[in-house]
Amino acid sequence: MSATTSAWLVLLCPLVGSVVIALGFRRFPGRASGWLGTAVITLSFAFAVVTLVKLLGYGPAHRQFVSTLWKYDFTAGVDAKVQILVDPLSVFMILAVSGVSALIHLYSVAYMTSDRGYTRYFSYLNFFVFSMLLLVLAGNFIILIVGWAFVGFASYVLISFWYRRRTATRAGIKAFVINVVGDVGLVLATFVLFQHTHSVDYLKVFHAAHHVFGHNSPALVVACLLLGVAAFAKSAQIPLHTWLPDAMEGPTPVSALIHAATMVTAGVYLIARMHPLFDQAPTAGDVTAIGGCLTLLIAATIALVMVDIKRVIAYSTMSQIGYMIMGVSVGAYSAGMFHLMTHAFFKALLFMAAGSLISAMAGSQSLDRMGGFRKAMPFTFVCFLVGGLALTGLPPFSGWLSKDDILAFLDHRGGGFIALGIAGYVGAFMTALYTFRMIFRAFFGEPVREARSLEEGHLAHADVPTNPATGEEEDTDVGFPGPEHHIAERDMPMKVAMAALAVLALIGGVLQIPGVDRSIERFLEPTFADSVLSREVPSTSTDWVGLAIGAAIAILGIAIAYRIWFAAPDTAPNLRRRFAPIYTLFVNKWYFDELIDLLIVRPTLMLGRLGDSVLERIVVARGVTGGTESAVRAGSAAVRRSQTGFLRYYAAGMVLFLAAVTLYFLVSST
Amino acid sequence: MWIGGYLVVSALIFSIGAAGVLVRRNPLVILLCLELMLNGANLALVAFARMWGGASGQIFALIVMVVAACEVTVGLGLIVAIHRRRLPIDVDELRELQG
Repeated sequence: MSATTSAWLVLLCPLVGSVVIALGFRRFPGRASGWLGTAVITLSFAFAVVTLVKLLGYGPAHRQFVSTLWKYDFTAGVDAKVQILVDPLSVFMILAVSGVSALIHLYSVAYMTSDRGYTRYFSYLNFFVFSMLLLVLAGNFIILIVGWAFVGFASYVLISFWYRRRTATRAGIKAFVINVVGDVGLVLATFVLFQHTHSVDYLKVFHAAHHVFGHNSPALVVACLLLGVAAFAKSAQIPLHTWLPDAMEGPTPVSALIHAATMVTAGVYLIARMHPLFDQAPTAGDVTAIGGCLTLLIAATIALVMVDIKRVIAYSTMSQIGYMIMGVSVGAYSAGMFHLMTHAFFKALLFMAAGSLISAMAGSQSLDRMGGFRKAMPFTFVCFLVGGLALTGLPPFSGWLSKDDILAFLDHRGGGFIALGIAGYVGAFMTALYTFRMIFRAFFGEPVREARSLEEGHLAHADVPTNPATGEEEDTDVGFPGPEHHIAERDMPMKVAMAALAVLALIGGVLQIPGVDRSIERFLEPTFADSVLSREVPSTSTDWVGLAIGAAIAILGIAIAYRIWFAAPDTAPNLRRRFAPIYTLFVNKWYFDELIDLLIVRPTLMLGRLGDSVLERIVVARGVTGGTESAVRAGSAAVRRSQTGFLRYYAAGMVLFLAAVTLYFLVSST
Repeated sequence: MWIGGYLVVSALIFSIGAAGVLVRRNPLVILLCLELMLNGANLALVAFARMWGGASGQIFALIVMVVAACEVTVGLGLIVAIHRRRLPIDVDELRELQG
């Protein structure tokens, strides 16, 4: 089996799984569809490993394969082929995506057990993974756009999975609409590139770009900025980020999937994949880097004050993706991809642990109501702690090595990039604060009623299931989470998935330790070999200085969090009172939703209403269709009047008409 | 042969028939007047056939007679039906069919 064959099989497995599970709807007994879904994703991961092994069999300079399944169409110069590109970057991505997705599937097998939509859920989930794999394996812009749009659709159906919840369907629509903004950016970028390079194949475009575009030429900067719009929408970066926190309406494993493996990393991958273009348009790269930097700061400040535990993690994802976007925009490609991988591990782990915690709370997600779960849920606590420490970046956890790798690169590039690096350290400090705020509030302190009853062996159940966002009562028959709750301590599949991720989050960093081991960088090197920026590798000593600063900041953050939320619990309310305006700003998420509402939603709605009241009601209804109608009505009224019903009038009309015709011919013939 | 006399008689019969159709209100009389009009036309047809020595005019006249017979059958049937429903035998009264 060649490398490309196994790559095709990586794609095929989840697609087949999705279709088979969908067709077997209502026929699969119990957890069968869940196990089937997990099996196909595991198989997909196995094929990804095969692809990796095959690829490593070639010399570093020859690890690039293009495979075309069939030529779809050739029209107007667009050569649309179903084509994949197998190179170190795409193999790296399929490994991360399929591996983490397999564990999330495994977790879902147990977590979603009592949900009525169990089979539907796994069909969607497999389709989601398929879309993401298609996106990362795409060999040309056409397939990229297809995968990009599929991911948007899959996220829509999964976010509004509990479709009887109004909040969930609204969140799904919001995610879809914002993603479409990104799709438009991607399509326009493809147009611009096609106009100048006359090709949609990655390799041809990249090759031609060197000749066609000058350094920082306006057309290329525009194309790269449009790609940036696509990346920002998919990766939830400011100002296209508002869908991500709302996406927490979906089931918790879906949040894990969106945040860790399949969706938000797509933007990072896009920029890394398009690095030959971004290299030539550093202006666009700087813009996306600043966008990423703003996102990581703003998201971290919001995470500090959110009360919903899933939303805290969601804003943390935005913040971490900000690091990655910043990294790949300034040329720290391998560091960015490395952080993408470790983030996938610890963020999936955090979501799974949070899911277990939410189950123990009978569906409630509010940190205000949680507390003291440390003894009741020791396994979940350890997992959450490992994920939290990796997120914070404490040595020797994986997040420490990967995040600070990016920041060290920024320091190394010097100039204005040092400002971005400092912002990154500020973000890291806030990361430590909000992570340990969650841990101290949920697991330490006085055990709440649910925690106490769990210690006695009773899993709390809500008397009446309610929507955590609005408090509305909901029925569990259809389109809602099932009545039973599953926690990691009692369900083996959840436990196994979380344990595996905890190990990975702990030791995932060994792949890249400055001065010791640079596996990721060496593996990805062939892809980024043509990049000028990737040669600017910081020295080992710079790296270690950066890592030391990062570790110090993490420890400082944890210590302060300990002081605020554990040692002196009055501190938080006091701070809130003292900095009331800032607190209001943060807790209202910097008013981004309101701003977008004011700038885009309301004008569009007004335009729509104007169209309804003026264009539709007056021009169309009264003018075009109404005019035709009244003309016909008037004409028929006139004709109707001649139909009197007097037989003799008709006869007279006929006689007179015939007489007139006869006279006409008589006169005209003489 | 001088055809003018025949045509004058034919036109007179046709006109008398047409006037009868227009002025009389009894459907029975209107039918009779229609017959007059048709036969006026028949007379002209036969006269022309005689003038040219062809047969087609005479055949036309025969066909017109057949059509007239059919028409009378239908017309008389209608009148009987109207009479049976105790409706007025007067075309000015029978005027429901209007716009």
